[in-house]
Amino acid sequence: MVLESAPPEFRGGNSRHTRNLRCMHDSPTQFLHDSYPEEEYFADLLRVTGGHTNEELARMTIRASNSCTGWMMSQGVRFQPSLSGTLHLARTNAFFLGGGKALMNAYYAAAQRRNVHVIYNAEVIGLNITNGTFESARVMVNHEPARIRAGAFVAATGGFESNLDWLKEIWGAAADNFLIRGTPYNQGKVLKLLLDNGAAPAGDPTQCHAVAIDARAPKFDGGIVTRLDCVPLGIVVNRTGDRFYDEGEDLWPTRYAIWGRLIAQQPGQIAYSIIDAKVFGKFMPSVFPPMRGNTVRELAACLGLPADALESTVGRFNQAVAPGTFDHSKLDDCHTRGLQPEKSHWARPLDTPPFLGYPLRPGITFTYLGVKVNQNAAVLMRDGHPARNLFAAGEIMAGNILGKGYIGGIGMLIGTVFGRIAGREAACFVR
Amino acid sequence: MSDNPVQEGVRVLTICNACRYCEGFCAVFPAMERRLNFEEADLNYLANLCHHCAECYYACQYAPPHEFAVNIPKILAEVRVNSYYKYAWPRPLAAAFRRNGLVASLTLMLSLVISVLAARGWVSKSPGDFYQVMPHEVMVMIFGGVSIFVLTALLAGLVRFWRESGERLSGFATPFAMKAGLSDVLTLRYLSGAGEGCTYPGEHRSLARWWLHHFTFYGFLLCFAATSVAAIYHYALGLRAPYGYLSLPVVLGTLGGFGLLAGTGGLYWLKQRQDAATADHRQHGMDSAFIALLFLTSLTGLLLLFLRETPVMGILLVTHVATVMTLFLMLPYGKFVHGMYRLAALIRYSLERSSKQTGEAGHTNPQHPSIL
Repeated sequence: MVLESAPPEFRGGNSRHTRNLRCMHDSPTQFLHDSYPEEEYFADLLRVTGGHTNEELARMTIRASNSCTGWMMSQGVRFQPSLSGTLHLARTNAFFLGGGKALMNAYYAAAQRRNVHVIYNAEVIGLNITNGTFESARVMVNHEPARIRAGAFVAATGGFESNLDWLKEIWGAAADNFLIRGTPYNQGKVLKLLLDNGAAPAGDPTQCHAVAIDARAPKFDGGIVTRLDCVPLGIVVNRTGDRFYDEGEDLWPTRYAIWGRLIAQQPGQIAYSIIDAKVFGKFMPSVFPPMRGNTVRELAACLGLPADALESTVGRFNQAVAPGTFDHSKLDDCHTRGLQPEKSHWARPLDTPPFLGYPLRPGITFTYLGVKVNQNAAVLMRDGHPARNLFAAGEIMAGNILGKGYIGGIGMLIGTVFGRIAGREAACFVR
Repeated sequence: MSDNPVQEGVRVLTICNACRYCEGFCAVFPAMERRLNFEEADLNYLANLCHHCAECYYACQYAPPHEFAVNIPKILAEVRVNSYYKYAWPRPLAAAFRRNGLVASLTLMLSLVISVLAARGWVSKSPGDFYQVMPHEVMVMIFGGVSIFVLTALLAGLVRFWRESGERLSGFATPFAMKAGLSDVLTLRYLSGAGEGCTYPGEHRSLARWWLHHFTFYGFLLCFAATSVAAIYHYALGLRAPYGYLSLPVVLGTLGGFGLLAGTGGLYWLKQRQDAATADHRQHGMDSAFIALLFLTSLTGLLLLFLRETPVMGILLVTHVATVMTLFLMLPYGKFVHGMYRLAALIRYSLERSSKQTGEAGHTNPQHPSIL
């Protein structure tokens, strides 16, 4: 039986917003070029996590990725060549045809064929756990309370990024200005219940993955289309019209995930990416049109920024730009001289009207806090012993492997690998 | 959301173009990605590329009840039917798209009257001799006139579609593009789902529509071939109808007729089961009128064939002639045009793909640089 807290349209948590799975492979496969050996994969993981990973679980997961696509296809999942613009992932990541919702549809259809009972709008509000043994769950089904007994319990309930109160406990009032990129149903309630019942925590309880997204995005569920990739092509100012960080520090794919936190630290948790007509069309179109002005002053008025301050910031920036040869695809030699902070790459004067601006806010992708598990996906209790019939899979235990940072397609890999293990172990236990 | 289909289409495609998860499904999304801004001409082109398989709707993370309310199959269906209206020639007859069922019924009435007036009598002295009921020259005159008008109207619509796309007229006949477009149409590539079929009429994939459309399409072609062979028999070989059951025209027509019966019957059955979420209900009349005319044409044709030596032959012939005439007259003003514009859109798609990866002047195709 599956208890899904969302209605059918929004089932499957944040998997709905995903699109690929990072897979190791020693030789080319139907969907993946070349090879991506275990050592390289693990090195990539070490790099992004800065060593915040459980090597044993990480290596087991990476090895298991080898067999994932085959198993997924046997469940009706379809793959496709990597999407345009993601050629750098063609070697490492297998893309789901149609994205994550299509993937979830295939899984739910596979579950239906096996007569798995799915209850929608069913939120777990209480767990009865005695000495590491799960006995029953209290559930609200369509606002009606119910108690469900089961031989085993697999928690696959995600992080707590949609729980605004919890975010506020950590971030204070700033959290009011955060946007949540994914499902509103990741309330972290089961996570909290498990921790309260003695499960050992994994991952930094205060950290979340946050990127800069368009401030006009909906509070929840804006997904990929609210992403803005124009930051390195212009300047970013806060609401007083001042720059606050090197927009050209490194290639965007390696830097985009710091901008959520940078903006969260600015007054009002808002910032504005300012570009000029030279670069419009050189980045992925965003779902919201840019604000525009024929002069910097006009643009400032549209964005509600102090015009004098913005004009002076742009003026100083333009004067500090050293000559160079612009190349968006690499760390070029276009930089500023004598600014605080400098812009290290892709610095070109903002001089070609119309001037365009996008308001930015922190967009929370996921939180790192989870429960500790062993290689059988069993939840580890604080005394170090595994729970007997309590398992975890997905974002709720991803912090074991991904204690920090992110590397594309690993979230889905952890979910897939531990989902399979947890299902197998739960079935074995019940039998 | 906007009530104006073009505005709503622009809104939705702007969301799709920032997402792009669906680009593996069909030609619509790669074509969309070549553009940064969308205008009515782009919408009309993309709408006519769309086969309405609904895969993108079921896969969409932004489908209703999400507040972005993305529903590509539905909005493109609405844009598509408006584009038929826009390209129709002569303009005043475009109104036929709006009240297609009524117009088809009135045309059938008119055709029956013409057919009855053209008939010399209701019975034939020698069994199976159609021309005693309606002389060959009369039939040629009626259908010659109808065909000239219909071909002119279809061609005018096609030219209008192509002009709006901004492509050169000569581009249409570019051999590689024509070959690619024809291949996509003749194999129904975008309804085949690489062997799994498409999500029509509902969420679960099936090849039913692919098969039934093939029955309909090739049934239509076989009937057309039967008529062409019969014309060769008549004029080149001097052989007069009726032809034997095992003669080439009759075999072709019989196979085609049964194909059409099965295909159109099946398509109508599927249509009744279509997911209401992706359907544009205002088109139901137009779709059903075309299906009904194809069905009736093959039904009356087959009845005429099997009962041609009985006393009802006369009445069946008059009915069949009237049905075929209605089908022909309605070709430029009904669902038939989807095939023509689809082919043209697919040819354009092939042309675009072969040209440089630029949409509007100066824009390269921007890309997702990273992945989360």
